[in-house]
Amino acid sequence: MKKDIILSGVGGQGILSIAATIGLAAVDKGWYLKQAEVHGMSQRGGDVQSHLRVSENVIHSDLIPMGQADMILSVEPMESLRYLPYLHKDGWLVTNSKSFINISNYPDIEKVFAEIKKIKNHILIDADEIAAGLNAPKSANMVMLGAAFAFLGIERNYFENAIRNLFGRKGEEVVNININAFNAGVEFAQQYIKK
Amino acid sequence: MQKQLLLGDEAIAVGAIDAGISGIYAYPGTPSTEITEYVHSSKEAQQKGILASWGANEKTAMETALGMSYAGKRAMVCMKHVGLNVAADPFMNAAITGVNGGLIVVSADDPSMHSSQNEQDSRIYGKFANVPILEPSNQQEAYDMVHYGFELSEKFKVPVLMRITTRLAHSRAGVGRIEGRKQNDMSLPSDLRQFVLLPAIARKRYNMLLGNQSGFRSESASAGFNQLIDGPDKSMGIIACGIAYNYLMENFPQGCPFPVLKIGQYPLPVNLVENLADTTEQIMVLEDGYPMVEELLAGLLQRGIKVSGRFDERIPRTGELNPNIVARAFGMADTHGLPSPEIVVGRPPSMCVGCPHIDSYNAMNEALLDYSKGRVFSDIGCYTLGALPPFESINSCVDMGASITMAKGAADAGLVPAVAVIGDSTFCHSGMTGLLDAVIAKSPITVVILDNSTTGMTGGQNSAAFGRVKDIVTGLGVEPEHIRILKPLKKNHEENTQVFKEELAYNGVSVIIPTRECIQTLNRRMREKFKNKAN
Repeated sequence: MKKDIILSGVGGQGILSIAATIGLAAVDKGWYLKQAEVHGMSQRGGDVQSHLRVSENVIHSDLIPMGQADMILSVEPMESLRYLPYLHKDGWLVTNSKSFINISNYPDIEKVFAEIKKIKNHILIDADEIAAGLNAPKSANMVMLGAAFAFLGIERNYFENAIRNLFGRKGEEVVNININAFNAGVEFAQQYIKK
Repeated sequence: MQKQLLLGDEAIAVGAIDAGISGIYAYPGTPSTEITEYVHSSKEAQQKGILASWGANEKTAMETALGMSYAGKRAMVCMKHVGLNVAADPFMNAAITGVNGGLIVVSADDPSMHSSQNEQDSRIYGKFANVPILEPSNQQEAYDMVHYGFELSEKFKVPVLMRITTRLAHSRAGVGRIEGRKQNDMSLPSDLRQFVLLPAIARKRYNMLLGNQSGFRSESASAGFNQLIDGPDKSMGIIACGIAYNYLMENFPQGCPFPVLKIGQYPLPVNLVENLADTTEQIMVLEDGYPMVEELLAGLLQRGIKVSGRFDERIPRTGELNPNIVARAFGMADTHGLPSPEIVVGRPPSMCVGCPHIDSYNAMNEALLDYSKGRVFSDIGCYTLGALPPFESINSCVDMGASITMAKGAADAGLVPAVAVIGDSTFCHSGMTGLLDAVIAKSPITVVILDNSTTGMTGGQNSAAFGRVKDIVTGLGVEPEHIRILKPLKKNHEENTQVFKEELAYNGVSVIIPTRECIQTLNRRMREKFKNKAN
């Protein structure tokens, strides 16, 4: 089994915390990992992406071939569409619906949603609202991870361990907040697919 | 030991710690910065007393590393590809002096110019200097090569160049470590004239370097980083350098049908290349960066074996490789998802909300309304984003420090006033000498030194200028009444604009120093302060 994931967002939105969690879970399961990140100028509010590859077998390329990604996981809706050329025809598009507008020509959000809904396998989720509802506004990224969970091929306990490892330093309360956010994302995705 | 998930840059840093370096020197530059940053913040490195130091520029870093090597200890120096231009003088001459303690020079190239002004290939510098080059294909190899590189450096008493590209530098994978080695004791070179490059000695040293070339080639053939892997289909042989090997194997998950020569070390192992050329009908060269190996093999007249690659456009002439480009080079089915919808618009990087440069540019722009456009020379840093809307404030970005000297040259040609915009770290890197030129010539230029107390673009490393910009400028001879320090804030806009107007009108060198901390480092400091309080 292998999973190729494009993570996307805007510089400063913290997509690397999602990448780190999936990475830890995959390595804990005994899988290989390669993860190409964007550093430097683009981090200043530009579009950023990370190629995350996890697999049972040795991974060669740090970059995912176009048209081969199993998932685009985006913390910003327009950014999710930027990487469609990478998505396999059976792949999943999982994106936050909360826009990040730092440009004057940001498109009409309804048109963005319409494009997202054209994708056969998609989940559109307001992770910020869900996180706020849990009193955990900083955990929107863990909600996003939860929404993607079902398609990652890695069991739930590995993610819980990964979250524990990443946030353990900050205390049990922070760990629980993030696990709750993750669970809320899982739950939302299950309901969304049923619709 | 369990594998650690490390960026390519971090793998090199850990390799250096384990290989017993005593010091690492650098000037920050994407994609090389994280090597030195890792050692800087590593507890292990601190316990071992390893020095991690940001120099004023790449040249000072290289020379300091060479000095440490002179004293018998292992040293590493890191920079981005264009940084090697700045350090080219000591780099070229260090090949002639040779080393005492092992010395590895890491240069991180940026094909496709993700964060750079060109995509020059550092391997050409290695060849220029006649030194061995290591080019890892993955993070584990990057780690292993540091160990080997120091052995090689000390065996032949020569600096070794390690060349990586952005994709490896900023990609993470599992890396296994081997047992560390102790640092070298201090010891001077056995010949105390080894480093004295007077012509008579330099000629001798140069001949020694040339004499070592066959030894370097034998190392390339035997060290294990260059491997000839046979394949049944002899219609083509493939040479895959560095990470290009990964893109090749991505396309042949069941194994490549063609014989492949995987290259990770230069000079090229002639016997292995010969073997490949003798057993195959043509050769395809895959290399990230310039077609260096391809050009060597094809030769000017191209009368030997047919060589394919960037020159015959099987691979695009510019830009970094990826799995799709390599698939197309082999005529294999290319894969592609849906096109990105038209409503998706570009999102270029921009200055942060609250960035002091915004207020500086607003004041400068207003003051410049009295003059015709096209007179602002800028430099390399976050403020280069001032070229983009809404500011469109600057008209040049060439190399570190070029703002001041280009402004002087334009003023010499009659463009008065000419303006230079440069950051505090860039000013210390390469701006000071140019300012001295302008002071001596009494050039009618206004130099704006944006002092945000850090090296912002690369993530906030210490700036050599910290707290001393005014003293440096004064020391270089700028008249005290034309050194104007202001605080770039919205509420000071009128006042600041007036200062700009006054100094633009002055017929001599004036220096304006807008001083306010980078919003990123300020936020980071506040977070840390808050965290410490909470504990």
